[in-house]
Amino acid sequence: MEHPILFISIILEKLGLPVPHTIVGHTFIEKLCTPYMTYTWLVMAFLVIVPRLTMGKLEMIPGKGQNFWEVIVGGLEDFVVENMGKEGARMLFPLMATFALYIVVANLIGLMPGFMSPTSNLNITLAMTIMVWVTHHFLGFKFHGVNYIKHFLGPVPVLIPLMLPIEIISNFARLLSLSMRLFGNIMAKETLLAVLFMLAGSYFAPLPILCLGVLVSLIQALVFTLLSILYCAQAMEEAH
Amino acid sequence: MDKLHIALICLGAAHSIGFAGLGAGIGMGHGLNGACAGVARNPEAKGAITTTMILGMALVESIAIYGLVIAFILLYANPFKAALGL
Repeated sequence: MEHPILFISIILEKLGLPVPHTIVGHTFIEKLCTPYMTYTWLVMAFLVIVPRLTMGKLEMIPGKGQNFWEVIVGGLEDFVVENMGKEGARMLFPLMATFALYIVVANLIGLMPGFMSPTSNLNITLAMTIMVWVTHHFLGFKFHGVNYIKHFLGPVPVLIPLMLPIEIISNFARLLSLSMRLFGNIMAKETLLAVLFMLAGSYFAPLPILCLGVLVSLIQALVFTLLSILYCAQAMEEAH
Repeated sequence: MDKLHIALICLGAAHSIGFAGLGAGIGMGHGLNGACAGVARNPEAKGAITTTMILGMALVESIAIYGLVIAFILLYANPFKAALGL
């Protein structure tokens, strides 16, 4: 569904850049100017600039801004360590924390009028999912070498012809389910908000969905991060 | 191009996500039931129960996601588009 007002697209159109009216543009410039790309850059700029501005100088006795970011990053680190162990957390904490912060901000930005969630486009979520998928296979080969195949063979040698196809299919289904879960939830939220806004926007009809949207945004970010952490942890530990 | 074909495709897409959501809703309700009972009996285990519940719900939800995928395929990437002349 085409969003009614997207202020970055309007600014780009005023500047004379071609903003496509399909989901994905045709030429290279059009592809760069699609709303989900421009809003991804907005989220990136937000995540780079706002911590710089609010954190101030790092001190032993933290001020207000530093305290806030310490709580967020410390909480994320505890979460990763709890599910992955110290060794894995030291390797993968930057990746997982980046996913968590990016998804939270990208989901919540869509609740404001004039913005859209970049995660409501399958291209963004599929790109993140492919990163997780490649990372967890890379870790598996790094930690176990050729023995990594044992993860796909099941516990009993007799059952290998049965288990191998099932395990391989279920491993590829991770690509589908991880990307479609985030995309489906956020797109449903965005579409519902747009429909309710057009039906009865002046009577505050989207208000309950906005409250639900905050909840859905945070939970989906948590689920994506938790599942990617668990996939990587599972690839690192010994085969069952 | 036949209007009946389009109507049937829309009906199939709606049924696919509808029944997937029905089943996933029942399953997630069972999971939440167990998690609530567990937290009520042993409030100290709240953290571990919450993590397990969210993980299980994500796995249950992926069944509903497959229904959503089928609905999207029927609506936007129908493999029988050429045969139907749409």
